[in-house]
Amino acid sequence: MSMKVLYFAWVRERVGKAEEEIVPPEGVGTVAELMDWLAGRGEEYAHAFENRRVIRAALDQAHARPDSPIAGAREIAFFPPMTGG
Amino acid sequence: MTVRIQREPFDAAAEAKALTAGRTDIGAVVTFTGICRGSDDGAPVAAMTLEHYPGMAEAEIERHVGEAGTRWPLLGVTVIHRVGRLLPGDDIVLVVTAASHRGDAFAAAEFLMDWLKTRAPFWKKEERPGATGWVAAREADDTAAARWESGTGT
Repeated sequence: MSMKVLYFAWVRERVGKAEEEIVPPEGVGTVAELMDWLAGRGEEYAHAFENRRVIRAALDQAHARPDSPIAGAREIAFFPPMTGG
Repeated sequence: MTVRIQREPFDAAAEAKALTAGRTDIGAVVTFTGICRGSDDGAPVAAMTLEHYPGMAEAEIERHVGEAGTRWPLLGVTVIHRVGRLLPGDDIVLVVTAASHRGDAFAAAEFLMDWLKTRAPFWKKEERPGATGWVAAREADDTAAARWESGTGT
């Protein structure tokens, strides 16, 4: 099923786009697995996801963990640790 | 409860007044304003640009305002966060809490700011002489937020 992926801050700058529609292949079941798959899509993605441990994710606009299942989510976002306030 | 994300400046005094207008049960209002500094770790900062995740940013702030309401008997909360390009001296964020007593208002304001800094999806990019770069998250902010997880406050 297709899902919308959003990128913010330096993740967005490295990927080179703010959002896209993707269809994760079979076997990509968690946030961490999706990052692994994205990292293999090209140089810019490899650069954006080279240090996956620092990248945070949100599923349908709620914070998620690396082992969170992505099944059923319509929107997933990747971003660096937050620095607001 | 009011949560707003906006490019425009805010008026802290007017927002505080709006919370108490026509009420006599409020005995304490705490107003916190976060301001863009002209230097960071001794290095000058010319400007900063705040990016956010529309939708999630509002939802995340509202979640924490709701959480604050379960911890302290609050009579009003306003949170305003600015986005876009800000200059040193510009206001960035406003948290106003109202309660019958000052202890609850102080604690709730600090709780909200600690969570805003670590959980609300905003990112700062600083412009320094000759370079721009994303601000790195501070461990001290995580520590400040984590202390609320025990549920005992400070």
